[in-house]
Amino acid sequence: MSTLIEQPRYSCALGAQQTVVAIPRAVPILHSGPGCSIKISDLIGQGEAYAGGSTIPCTNSGEAEIVYGGEDRLRSVIDGAFQVIDADLYVVLTGCTSDIVGDDIERITADYQELGRPIVCAETGGFKSTNYASHEVVVNAIIDQYVHKFNPGGHVKRGLVNVFSSVPYQDTYWNGNLEEIKRVLEGLGLTVNILFGQLSEGVEEWKTIPDAQFNIVAGTWVGLGIADHLQEKYGTPYTHFPYLPIGGKETSAFLNQVIAFAEFTPAEKTKAEVFIAKEEGRFYSHIERTAAFMLEFRYGLPRRFYTILDANYSLGFSKFLLNELGILPERQYIVDNTPEEFREGIEKLFSEISEKRSTKVVFEVDGGKIQEEIRKDPKKNRALILGSGWERDLAKDIDADLLLISVPISYRLVLSCGYAGYNGGLRAIEDIYDHVLDTYR
Amino acid sequence: MSEINLHEPEVLIREIRLGSITGFEGTAGELVSCAQSGKLTESTRSFSQCMGCSSSNAFCQLSMITDAVVINHAPVGCAGDAFTFNFVYRVGQMERNLEPSIGRYFSTNLEERDTVFGAVEKLAATVREVYERLHPNAIFITTSCASGIIGDDVEGTANELTEELGIPVVGCFCEGFKSKMWTTGFDSAYHSIVRKIVKPPVKKSNKVNIINFWGSHIFDELLEPLGYEAEYIVPFSTIKQLEHISEAVATIQVCPTLGTYIGAALEQVYGVPEIKSPPAYGIAGTDNWLREIGRVLDRREEIEALIIKEHARVIPQIEAYREKLRGKKAYVTAGSAHGHAIIALLRELEMEVQGAAIFHHDPIYDNSDPTSDALAHDVRTYGDIPNYNVCNKQAYELVNILNRIKPDLMIARHGGMTVWGAKLGIPSLLIGDEQFGFGYQGILNYAERILETLDSSEFVSNLARHSSMPYTKWWLEQNPFSFLGGNTHVDTY
Repeated sequence: MSTLIEQPRYSCALGAQQTVVAIPRAVPILHSGPGCSIKISDLIGQGEAYAGGSTIPCTNSGEAEIVYGGEDRLRSVIDGAFQVIDADLYVVLTGCTSDIVGDDIERITADYQELGRPIVCAETGGFKSTNYASHEVVVNAIIDQYVHKFNPGGHVKRGLVNVFSSVPYQDTYWNGNLEEIKRVLEGLGLTVNILFGQLSEGVEEWKTIPDAQFNIVAGTWVGLGIADHLQEKYGTPYTHFPYLPIGGKETSAFLNQVIAFAEFTPAEKTKAEVFIAKEEGRFYSHIERTAAFMLEFRYGLPRRFYTILDANYSLGFSKFLLNELGILPERQYIVDNTPEEFREGIEKLFSEISEKRSTKVVFEVDGGKIQEEIRKDPKKNRALILGSGWERDLAKDIDADLLLISVPISYRLVLSCGYAGYNGGLRAIEDIYDHVLDTYR
Repeated sequence: MSEINLHEPEVLIREIRLGSITGFEGTAGELVSCAQSGKLTESTRSFSQCMGCSSSNAFCQLSMITDAVVINHAPVGCAGDAFTFNFVYRVGQMERNLEPSIGRYFSTNLEERDTVFGAVEKLAATVREVYERLHPNAIFITTSCASGIIGDDVEGTANELTEELGIPVVGCFCEGFKSKMWTTGFDSAYHSIVRKIVKPPVKKSNKVNIINFWGSHIFDELLEPLGYEAEYIVPFSTIKQLEHISEAVATIQVCPTLGTYIGAALEQVYGVPEIKSPPAYGIAGTDNWLREIGRVLDRREEIEALIIKEHARVIPQIEAYREKLRGKKAYVTAGSAHGHAIIALLRELEMEVQGAAIFHHDPIYDNSDPTSDALAHDVRTYGDIPNYNVCNKQAYELVNILNRIKPDLMIARHGGMTVWGAKLGIPSLLIGDEQFGFGYQGILNYAERILETLDSSEFVSNLARHSSMPYTKWWLEQNPFSFLGGNTHVDTY
C-alpha cells in the first residue's frame, strides 16, 4: 500500500525554517543539501522577510559531506553566518543528508553556545515529520537552548500570556491572524507574547516566555507539544481552544474560555466582558445589515461547503460557515497529516459541529484522491470549496466557488489579511461573497 | 570530449563531464583564457547561502510533458516546487490557447522508517497507483538526496514496472547533493528522455528541434518561410512527439546551459546536427547564428536576404536607443549562457557592464566545440568585462558588490536577486522569457524594457528608504570575495 501524496499542501520537517524566519531578527542556518530551502520558500515562503529566502545560510551539502561527514563544513558556515548576517538568534536546522549521515550538530552548536553565542539547533531532516510537527520541535529547541539561559523561570507575571496558534507561513494568513488574536486578547486586558510576525518584539519577547501566567493554544493540535513542554518545564498552565476562532460566536467563545482561565478580579472580568460585548455588537451589526442579502439574493449563493484544509482551519471555518452564514457542511478533508492521537478528538468536534448537526471528516493527505471523490458527488446545489490553488480546476468543473485558504495559495497576494477573530470573520464574509458576486456578468 | 553514454542510468555531473565551476573572480577575458587552456579550477566558499538543486531543474523539463506524470521519490518537502511549475505550466497553456490542465505530480512521501528499511516497494506501489489513476503515456521518477543515500534501486524498479505496465517508467537521477551545478538537473532529465523515450529515426522530417523552457514561439516566423517547422521541446511536448525528435533536421539551442546535453546527444546518437553558434543575442551574434542556420538548413541566400532586411529595419532603431542608453552602468546576475546573452545585449546598446555574477561556468559544452562559447564571443565582439564573478546565487556577495559599485541598473534572470538591487535603490529588472531578447527584435525589446525600468526610479528609491539590511556593516566593508577560495581566513568581527 502506498502513501503517496499528489498536490502537496505542506512541507517536510525542514519547513520549520519559516518558523525561524517569522521571528523578528532571527535567521535559520541550514545544514542540508542544496535546493531544500528554496523549495520550502517556493511552497510556503512569502518573499525574503528579514533574513529568509536567498539570505538563508546553508552548507549546501555535497558528495564530500555525505561521504566524510559535514561537521567541518557546518562550523565554517556558522562562523560565516555570525560575521555576515546581522541577527539576534541563529537556529541550525538539519536536512535529510545530515540526519542520515549522523553529523553531531548538538556538539557543534554547544561549542558556540559555550562562547555565549545566541545559537540553537534542531534536527529537522525532511523525512522525520511534517513542518507542522517540526514547528513545535524548533520552538521548544529555542526555549530550551536559548530562552532558558536568560530566564530559568520563577517570576510569573500576572496577566502575561504566550499564544501558540497559526503556524507561520504554513498558514499563509499567519501575520493577520496573529495580529487579530493579539488584539482581542489585549482587549481582555492581557499582555500578549505573540512571538511571531510584525507585532512580536523578537528575542526580548521570547525571553519572557517562562514568566507567563498561562499559555493559550488556539489551534487543534499544533502548539500542544509546546504548551505541554512549558507546563513541565516552568509549571505554566495552559488553556486549549481546539481550532482557529473565526467570527462572532467562536471568537467570543474563545475569549470567554480565556477569561474563565485567567483568574481575573471581578473588575477585570467586567472590563473584559464589556470588550467582548462591544466587539460582538460591532460584528453582528454588520451581519444584520447583510442578512437580507444572504436570505434574498435570488440568483444563487453557495449552499454547501467542502474544506480541504488543516485541522485548525477546517474546524474553524466549518463552525463559522454553518453558524454565521448558514452554509451546510459536506465532507471535510483534513490534509495536515494529523497525528493519530488527535484524530478521535477532531472527529468528535465534527460530530457535534452545531447543537443539531454532525458532519463527516476524512483524514487524507493525497489531494488527487480528494478531488476525485468530490467530483463524484451529485451537484445538487452551489458549493463552496475552501482549499488551495490545486482546487482551481475542480472548482470550475463543478461550478463551485473557491476561497484560497491553504497553501499553495498562489492566486492571491496576501499581506495583512487574516481570518481569525471578529475582524477575520468579517473579512471572510467579504471575500466569500465578493467571489460569488463576481461570477455574475 | 564528452561522450554520450546511454547505457548508464545516470549522466555524469557537469563538474566531471565539462569541468564546470561555481567560483571565480576576475575578468571575463581571464575566465575565457583559463577555460580554453584547461586551467580552470574550482574555488569554494567557506560561507554559503542556499542554492538550487538539480531536482528542480530536472522537474522543470519533465513536468510539462503533457501526457506524462512525474513521481518524486523523496520526502514531501522535495515536492515544494510542484505548484510553482504547475503555475508555469498553466500560464503556458494560456499563452498557447490550450485547455486548462493541472500538472500531475506525486511524492512517494519518504518517512523515517523508509530511510531504515528502504522504499523501493513504496515506490513501486506509488507507480502502480498513479498508473491506475491516470493511465499516462510515461512515468518519470525523479530521485532525491534521501533516496540516493539510502541506496534505493530506482533503475531496477523502473525497468520492472516498464515491463509490467507497458509504458516507459523512467528513472531520472537528480539527487541534489551530487552536483553543485543545479543545471546538472537539465542533463539528468534529457538523459532520461534520450535514453528511454526517443526512438531511432524512421524518416527525416522537416522539423527543427528548439530546446527551450516555455518561452514564446518566435522561431515559427523564421523557420516557416524557409520551409521548416519548429518543434519546441521539452515543455508542452507529448511523449509521441519526443519519440520522434531524432528525425529532425537540426537542433537549435535557446540557451546552451539548458540544452548542451540533449543537443549533443541527438547529434552524436542520431546525427541531428546542432546549431553550434552561440544563441542569437546582439547584432553580431544574430548574424553569426543566422548564417549557421542558413548553412545547416541549406538556405544561405534566404538568410542573407533576411539579414539585410532586418539590419535595415532594426539598426536605426537601435541607434536611437543607444543615444538614450549609452554609458549607463549595468550589473548582471544570471545563469551562465543567458548571462552571456544579457551582456551581449547591453553592450550592443553601448551600455557599460560594470560586472556580473554568473551562476556557474561551463568551459566547454557537450558538443566539445569552442565556437559555442558565448562568453568568448562577448569578449571578442565587445571587449572584456571587468568584475566577472562566477557565483552560484550567493546574495551576500551580490549585495556587497552592488553596494560598492552602485550601478544605474541591475538585470537578473532568477528570482530572489532583484530585491537586493531595489533595496539599495537600484532600478532592477527581471525578464523571464529567454526568447524575449532573442534575435534582432530582442535587442529592441530589451532596450524598451530597460528604458522603462530606468524611468521608474520612484519605487526603488522609496523602497530603499524603508528597507532593512540583514547584512552586517562589517561585511559590507569587506572584499566581496573574502570567503571565496576555500582556505580564506577572516577574523571574527
